[in-house]
Amino acid sequence: MRGERRLFSNVNVTVQPGTVLAVVGENGSGKTSLLRMLTSLLPPEEGAILWNGQDIRQLKEDYSAHLTYIGHLNGVKDDLSAIENLTVTADLTGDQHSLPSVQEALESVGLKRRVHHLPTRVLSQGQKRRVALARLWLSTHPLWLLDEPFTSLDTAATGLVTERIRLHLQSGGLAVVVTHHEVALPPEVVQQLRLNG
Amino acid sequence: MSRPGLWDAVRGVVRRDLMLAMRRPSDVAMSVFFLVIVASLFPLGVGPEPAVLKTIAAGVLWVAALLACLLSLGRVFTADYLDGVLEQMVLIAQPLPVLVVGKVFAHWVVSGLPVVVLSPFLGLQFGLDGEALWTLVLSLLLGTPTLSMIGAIGAALVLGVRGSGLLVALLVLPLYVPVLIFGAGAVTGSMAGVGGEANLSLLGACLVLSLFFAPWATAAGLRIALE
Repeated sequence: MRGERRLFSNVNVTVQPGTVLAVVGENGSGKTSLLRMLTSLLPPEEGAILWNGQDIRQLKEDYSAHLTYIGHLNGVKDDLSAIENLTVTADLTGDQHSLPSVQEALESVGLKRRVHHLPTRVLSQGQKRRVALARLWLSTHPLWLLDEPFTSLDTAATGLVTERIRLHLQSGGLAVVVTHHEVALPPEVVQQLRLNG
Repeated sequence: MSRPGLWDAVRGVVRRDLMLAMRRPSDVAMSVFFLVIVASLFPLGVGPEPAVLKTIAAGVLWVAALLACLLSLGRVFTADYLDGVLEQMVLIAQPLPVLVVGKVFAHWVVSGLPVVVLSPFLGLQFGLDGEALWTLVLSLLLGTPTLSMIGAIGAALVLGVRGSGLLVALLVLPLYVPVLIFGAGAVTGSMAGVGGEANLSLLGACLVLSLFFAPWATAAGLRIALE
């Protein structure tokens, strides 16, 4: 619900390992709200969200241990460098990391070494987004929930992130992506959910 | 699947907040300067009469410490809320109340601990003797973490609300009253020669209670703010 308006109802969808659910729809149709429900940040008015057959509200932290969430806000601290941001986040999410692996993750998302140590506040929006998305290269969580991951990214970075998602699916992971962009993945691994608001 | 150890997660929260505080020393300095200025204005306004200054010392120093703590409350969660770090924190695979303790501890280190360290010097301005100064330090050492804990509840509840600065003061100040009474009472008791132990014990009890209840209340407030 948003105010008095019901954003969506009767959503019944199952996401299998190795596939991605692309949530599409107009602005205000509730895509981000749906994604936040999948994170457990927002409780649904009715119904349940199940992970391996169990309600995520009951699983609590045991569910969080399976997911990597990148929201439309980057979750990046402006006063910390890209390396510090990624290191601190990996500490908190429990992802294994070392300085070389953090640098490698940042390079994998197209951030050159010369910006790794700069405070994030001096980076462009696209570069900040890349810092946030570099988490995907360190993540070992099976479920990725991504809210407009390609926003602010150029074509090259979009390609890098798409490739990372493809590798994640290939290794048995699953993802839910809210996007306005076409997800350039093989059609057999993409399931689309359109919200009409 | 990977999840951080409980201690690793708390340490990560504290480390990040302390790193950020070191990058923005002006935020820390603001509370300290506020405390020093408020505590220094009173002797100027009331006059240099030692007996008067001694009488008002405990109350003035405790109110100044309390207001300095209140001034810094806006920093506890607001920035994290605005840049999306807070929702990442809520999704860490460890109990949120425990992470909140880490966050409040970091807040206390940058806002409460400087108050404790400075308090003997400010107490000297009011002519407090050695035992009263020691009691003042002890009372603030027990009281300022409690202020941070209680303040965190208010800061979480007003997150994202317009005019939250005033609202948090209205919410939190009544809850600060017992801490103020026991804190100032400990110093006054020490000055009167009856000892401050009873009030210090009560401050300790307030700290234990706030450590037990405040993290849960704060965590609930944060979840509501993020919905």
